[in-house]
Amino acid sequence: MSRSAVTLVGVSKAYGRTVALNNVSLDVAEGEFVTLLGPSGSGKTTTLMLIAGFERPTSGEILIRGESVVAQPPEKRDIGMVFQSYALFPHMTVFDNVAFPLRTRRLAGSEVTRRAGQSLEAVRMSGLDGRYPRQLSGGQQQRIALARALVYRPSLLLMDEPLGALDKKLREEMQGELKSLQRELGITTLYVTHDQQEALALSDRIAIVNGGDLVQVGAPLELYERPATDFVAGFLGDVNLVDGVVVEIAGGSGRIRITEGLDVSTPEGPALAVGKRVRLTIRPERLEITATEPAGPNGWRGRVREVAFYGELVRYGVDVAPGVVLKVSRPFRGQETLFVAGQEIWLASRPHDWRLFA
Amino acid sequence: MVGPALVLLIAIYLYPLARLILLSLTGGAGGGLGFDAYHRFLESSVYLAVLLRTFRISLMVTVVCLVAAYPVSYVLTRVGAVALRIIMVLVLLPLWTSILVRTYAWMVLLQANGVLNNLLRRLHVIDEPLRLMYNETGVVIGMAQVLLPFAILPIYASLRNIDPRLPAAAQVMGAGPWRRFRSVTLPLSLPGVAAAGLLVFVQALGFFITPALLGGSRVITLAMVIETQVVDLLDWSLASAVAMVLLVVTVVLVIGFDRLLGLDKVWV
Repeated sequence: MSRSAVTLVGVSKAYGRTVALNNVSLDVAEGEFVTLLGPSGSGKTTTLMLIAGFERPTSGEILIRGESVVAQPPEKRDIGMVFQSYALFPHMTVFDNVAFPLRTRRLAGSEVTRRAGQSLEAVRMSGLDGRYPRQLSGGQQQRIALARALVYRPSLLLMDEPLGALDKKLREEMQGELKSLQRELGITTLYVTHDQQEALALSDRIAIVNGGDLVQVGAPLELYERPATDFVAGFLGDVNLVDGVVVEIAGGSGRIRITEGLDVSTPEGPALAVGKRVRLTIRPERLEITATEPAGPNGWRGRVREVAFYGELVRYGVDVAPGVVLKVSRPFRGQETLFVAGQEIWLASRPHDWRLFA
Repeated sequence: MVGPALVLLIAIYLYPLARLILLSLTGGAGGGLGFDAYHRFLESSVYLAVLLRTFRISLMVTVVCLVAAYPVSYVLTRVGAVALRIIMVLVLLPLWTSILVRTYAWMVLLQANGVLNNLLRRLHVIDEPLRLMYNETGVVIGMAQVLLPFAILPIYASLRNIDPRLPAAAQVMGAGPWRRFRSVTLPLSLPGVAAAGLLVFVQALGFFITPALLGGSRVITLAMVIETQVVDLLDWSLASAVAMVLLVVTVVLVIGFDRLLGLDKVWV
């Protein structure tokens, strides 16, 4: 059983009347990669700043390796940190930047050279020692920042949207490198981002924050398949959102009326009570789109509104009822005919692919 | 749209400057144009001594200003909005006071029977009054105080421009307050310090009133030489030559600064 590396217990942070964080509790295990995911202003960066020690919590406890850090200034917390803007020292060379934390710790010159060299090699940036940050590209600067944060082998790594300033391809490449480097070093990592794809790709667990509240924590698959709220369902991945009224509960399933002529069959659940208004979600990839009427429940007629080709998948916008447009996505495996706008089609879905929210 | 501005520039700046250059080239034996006045200035040991003294005083004033200004500028970056405004007013207010009045005020403070000496004697810190006037010490003190705002503002601007995440990053990596200052803040503020130095030095070179009053006849600066030539000795060509030397030195310094750091750094 791994020891907890970072623990937040009922942490709140308020700036005057504004509540940035509201009673957040979180346990991060040793070696775990946890992402704080949420929209702008949700409190994720605030959480990072509290753990780093740049802010003090209004209430609650923060423990690093089991010890309360409330009295420790940032320089004593043995933390590595990477910022979105890299924060490389512009007046120092690449080598001096990476060597800085080692020199601060008064390591011998030869040791400094050796370890700085190792760190640069780990991020594949050897040979740039004499350059200055302004001479490097964004991706290179980010790697140097990472090398600098890891060179003194901190027990915890904090990353605040480090890939935000990079273009998509470079970002995905860096994500892969980050993940394997973290695995290799086994360093506990707390990562902040608003990019849900990044969160899904990198994390052992994701903590979703919204408006200062910790909404749900769990492995990516779990959050994706079993979101606790409609916010989580909508934030992580794409989702269809419709509202309806429960009209019948019978035989282990419920029937919910979205609109006249459009009923959904879902599994029975605690949210069901006849007459209750509920919110339903289903992932676009869980909707089947066919030219002919499907067997099974939840078969609906519809008309294709728009088609978007993304290479590996096709996205359709489908009108199923006045005011109800559903997004359907389908992997593209070389099927010669895609559906076209205006075409009449059928949609089908399995009851247990629908999620219900009160 | 450049037209009117150009005309104005020529009229009030370039034309008088041309006249001055012309004036500095006249007055030689034989009535023609020549470098006579320049010879008289640069070959005179007296005048050269004045030149060196002016440079030395300006340098001392610059050092004093930079040393005194840096802490003030640093404090300005750390205080809250209210304190910032108050300190700023205190820094800028002297600029709007007549330099003559300020210089006289320094005389009241520094003279043998002045406020400072009387206070120190009353407290029995000293027996004999300190010689703070009619010497270089008094001149440097007076000039430094007058030029202090010109040092504070550029240094403050460059400190404020430092990305706060840089010292923060240093802190996370284990650097304490002194290490952060020494390795991050100070080096990054040096362009502002250089700009402050330039502004103070260049102005100090041309100072007249403060050295004249606080130095008496014992401390002679270039500006005072020019005044003497113009008013007393009526040797306007020599006066112009001295003025031109001052101008050339200033231009060389400014160009040097631009080459090394870029003139835009002055306004940061």
